[in-house]
Amino acid sequence: MAMLSVSDLAVSYGAIKAVKGISFDIDEGEIVTLIGANGAGKSTTLNTIAGLIKPDSGSIKFSGEELVGIKPHKIVARGLALCPEGRRVFTHMTVSENLDMGGYTRTDAENKETLELVYEHFPRLKERMNQVAGTLSGGEQQMLAMGRALMSRPKLLMLDEPSMGLAPILVDEIFEIIQALNKNGTTILLVEQNANMALKVAARGYVLETGKIVKTGTGAELLVDDDVRKAYLGG
Amino acid sequence: MRTQPPALPRFYWTCVRERKCCAVTILTQVLNGLQLGSIYALVALGYTMVYGIILLLNFAHGDIIMVGAYISWIVMSQLGLNPVLAIVLSIVGCAGLGVLIDKVAYQPLREAPRMSLLITAIGVSYFLENGAQLVFGADAKVVPEYFDLPSMSVGGVSLSANAIITIVVTAISTIVLTILVQKTKLGKAMRAVSEDMGAARLMGINVNNTISFTFAVGSVLAGIGAVLYSMAYSQATPTMGIMLGTKAFVAAVLGGIGSIPGAVIGGLLVGFAEVFVSAIGLSVWQDAVVFLLLIIVLVVRPTGILGRPMTEKV
Repeated sequence: MAMLSVSDLAVSYGAIKAVKGISFDIDEGEIVTLIGANGAGKSTTLNTIAGLIKPDSGSIKFSGEELVGIKPHKIVARGLALCPEGRRVFTHMTVSENLDMGGYTRTDAENKETLELVYEHFPRLKERMNQVAGTLSGGEQQMLAMGRALMSRPKLLMLDEPSMGLAPILVDEIFEIIQALNKNGTTILLVEQNANMALKVAARGYVLETGKIVKTGTGAELLVDDDVRKAYLGG
Repeated sequence: MRTQPPALPRFYWTCVRERKCCAVTILTQVLNGLQLGSIYALVALGYTMVYGIILLLNFAHGDIIMVGAYISWIVMSQLGLNPVLAIVLSIVGCAGLGVLIDKVAYQPLREAPRMSLLITAIGVSYFLENGAQLVFGADAKVVPEYFDLPSMSVGGVSLSANAIITIVVTAISTIVLTILVQKTKLGKAMRAVSEDMGAARLMGINVNNTISFTFAVGSVLAGIGAVLYSMAYSQATPTMGIMLGTKAFVAAVLGGIGSIPGAVIGGLLVGFAEVFVSAIGLSVWQDAVVFLLLIIVLVVRPTGILGRPMTEKV
């Protein structure tokens, strides 16, 4: 059984239909990526899974249980975390306070343990634990946002554009961390505009175009697919 | 020789006209300023916390204090019960009312434009004022003394016990509030919600409950303020919250709305300004001076004394 199974999901903002009935699923231990242009509906899909947006129709099943209609804070407690687009760290709070917030649904004892793990993946956060998050560089803020999402011990981690606005060397670093997290047992749903990087690390990918899934395959298949190359990989 | 009109305080005649400014009078006035300022500070804290979390100027906040004063009046004067019970019920009643207002009036409007929320706050304010007038009548009720407190005299300065209690209680409340907001899990959640509600939801924070908790804390402070105000002025009227609330609002803006230390500084400044103006014999101007202070701050430093400049999100 798939860990996450989305079927016929449709979402709209007022009269605008952003997602027009998509279906996909993710198995435990996979990295799955959604790629597509701006406005294809990738972030909308993630926000809907996280419970921030109510879908018009469709179903989202996580470990067999329906998520549609459940409040976002309860979805986090079930083991599904979203690291949002644009990082959205709490800029006036310190690094360690941000991480505390990530573990809001967990006990202090659990958080203490998870914190060590997060610092292992992101040693730079440990160095800066008492620094106010707003003073971190873009790359460090992305690491903080990912570390914060990990604090809830998610079974499935959703990453929305983790490489956005980062220097190429940092993009490599972030993708290395994503792979490391996956090796440690976290299932990952990755949304990226950097289709090249995303398809290289992903087991499978789905291509979204104006709210519909137009193509699917393994990461390797999509990397060499002519249409995908033309549209998203620069020829 | 001219006679001394009773309307002007003694301070004016001894200090200004006879040029015999003594330390005792100044000390007494400083104490008065601290007492009045402390009450404003407590009320301003409630304004600033609610603004900090949902960007709402809760105009009903002053009226919560009015309800608190009436609760004390009912418990002591009508039911003849213990003053300690009156204090507890005033504070608990205010907290409950604050949460109720949030749940009934503001929570359905979480996604609505800010203007709708603001208008609703004004509506709630009118509702409470007119409701109180309907129930209790327009005339002032006398809130009895909570305790029979002796006046102390230290080195020729008579210290009113009320003033000392007010100042100490405000100081303790501010310290407890600061620890709550800075150190506790709920306090951190409040700060997270105030900065980014959507991101806070993604952390697993129950945003609505966190906002209600903020209202509860702000209203507890209003309840404490109601008791301290009743100690000082012994009166409850349906409209008493208007001026008190407005001045505390000025204090919050003065200190930088959203900032906890700012609210305390603003409250004390407003209190001192009022006491000083009436001490030099210009008591008819005491309200005007407060608003003049507001205008100056808005022109010179619109974010207030400790307010953060608006930061652009990148």
